[in-house]
Amino acid sequence: MSTPAAEGIGSPAPDTGLHADRVARRTDGQLIVDGVTLVLRPGETVGLLGPNGSGKSTLLRLLAGVLPTSTGVVTLDGRPLPEVGRRATARRIATVEQHTHTQTELTVREVVALGRIPHRRAWSPASAVDARAVTEALERAGLTDRAAQSWHTLSGGERQRAQIARALAQEPRELLLDEPTNHLDIQHQLDLLDLIADLPVTTVIALHDLNLAAMYCDRLLVLDTGRTVAEGTPAEVLTPALIKEVYGVDAEVHQDPGHPVIRFLRRGSGTP
Amino acid sequence: MTVRTLLLTGGGLVALLVSVAVAVTIGPADISTADVWASVASHLGGGDSTLAPLRDGIVWDLRMPRTLLAAVCGAGLALCGAVMQSLLRNPLADPFVLGVSSGASTGAVAVVVLGVGGGAVSLSAGAFGGALLSFGLVMLLSHSLGASMDRVVLSGVAAMQLFSALTSFTVLTSADAETTKGVLFWLLGSLSGADWGLVLLCAGALALVLVVCLGHATTLDAFAFGEEAAAGLGVNVARARLILLCATALLTAVLVSCAGAIGFVGLVLPHVTRALTGSGHVRLLPITALTGAVFLVWVDTLARTVVDPQEVPVGVVTSLIGVPAFVIVLHRGRRKT
Repeated sequence: MSTPAAEGIGSPAPDTGLHADRVARRTDGQLIVDGVTLVLRPGETVGLLGPNGSGKSTLLRLLAGVLPTSTGVVTLDGRPLPEVGRRATARRIATVEQHTHTQTELTVREVVALGRIPHRRAWSPASAVDARAVTEALERAGLTDRAAQSWHTLSGGERQRAQIARALAQEPRELLLDEPTNHLDIQHQLDLLDLIADLPVTTVIALHDLNLAAMYCDRLLVLDTGRTVAEGTPAEVLTPALIKEVYGVDAEVHQDPGHPVIRFLRRGSGTP
Repeated sequence: MTVRTLLLTGGGLVALLVSVAVAVTIGPADISTADVWASVASHLGGGDSTLAPLRDGIVWDLRMPRTLLAAVCGAGLALCGAVMQSLLRNPLADPFVLGVSSGASTGAVAVVVLGVGGGAVSLSAGAFGGALLSFGLVMLLSHSLGASMDRVVLSGVAAMQLFSALTSFTVLTSADAETTKGVLFWLLGSLSGADWGLVLLCAGALALVLVVCLGHATTLDAFAFGEEAAAGLGVNVARARLILLCATALLTAVLVSCAGAIGFVGLVLPHVTRALTGSGHVRLLPITALTGAVFLVWVDTLARTVVDPQEVPVGVVTSLIGVPAFVIVLHRGRRKT
């Protein structure tokens, strides 16, 4: 067993699951992510919060291994991602991007079947196992009766469900989502987050809406200019002081049973 | 699904065999169908031909290699077009998008008009050299720009403009009327130089690149939602892109040096084929090679017979026939969505 790169201090790299140890990413001389550490507990849902440009998307890409870290290391079951390899990583970690588009004419089932690619070898046709995984993923995402339809005929919410089904077809244990509820109306946002919350996987989800994050996440990590500024349960993290510090807005926080509820306050007083 | 693949592949192969068998019987020399087939059979080791050696030569050394070269070029161009469209995520991509054909034309002109190589280098060799030079330039340029796929396309456009300008400049300043006409004819694409050597060369390149592309069929599927999505599906994007770009550029360079820049096949046949097979590359790639082959066999037959005794460059005919066909396909596609 190889030793992970954590040098004793801070949190030790666990032997199971996904772990980011003081990861940083520099692009064009600018630190986009600056020394973030994140240990995921199996089955939990972690919300990534922070204003635009705070490094949420970049952190997710580092966690997925599609972007190399400048310093620090992301480990999966104790092994650094570059050592695990791209295909093996994709069999464990699935990502859902913020916005997806294709010009290719694909049915919903074909889109979901893309998730089987990391499990297939070159030259080998899709197996019965692949077909079953796709069918189950479609069912879980509630898209079974849409399977034969063209992906282009789907609504925004259905497209995101199709991407989640594709991610599930990868049979991941870790699922990373980058603002999957963007551009959806409130009903579809709640539908989608209910679907995600019920999945039997460890989830990291970047979100903009603090109330949704409070409702659906077990734990929150707040980023600002690439650095962790708060980490903990929604009740611990979402305080008026933190919201003021990170987002620069005033808010009242009510501790409802289960999760906090945030009410934002209008600025100034002179405006009608 | 697999049954459908077998049916399509089987149907395509039969169509190709029939097309070749019929195309070799067509030509200005008056040789009966039975005599043509007897001649072909005799060369394949079955029975004796009663044809005189000269007429036998017309069948076996002129018509046969030409028809087969048409099939190989059609297959190769359609294959390269399909791979380029998927890899670059651009429905307008074709095998020439990386400047390969423009580089080839400059190379050919350098040999024919300027006499580069002092007669020791053939037009085809010059074209091949020019094609590789242009492709290398595009890869260098796009790499320095960050190697994203739209940079590759833009670099290709730049190379295309540069080499077209060089070709035009050379032809207009240095060539006499006769050479100009010859070069122009070649630039538009023509299979009239076909012989068995070229057929074997092109078929070898096609076989090699077809195997490479089929090995990357699921990888190409993964590119449907972009490079980052492909990376998320476990694809080594940089490596896959390099292998596929080099493989298709190599095949295109070989084909262009042998038959000129036959346009349209690589752009349109993949779209037509997708309407039959869907977008999965395991099916799309072999079937589009077959449809490309059948298409070009028939178009070349037309090109060498329709304005008898003159010959029309096959590239002109592909476009004249291809454009209406393309419009029909686009219309059907629009109704579907």
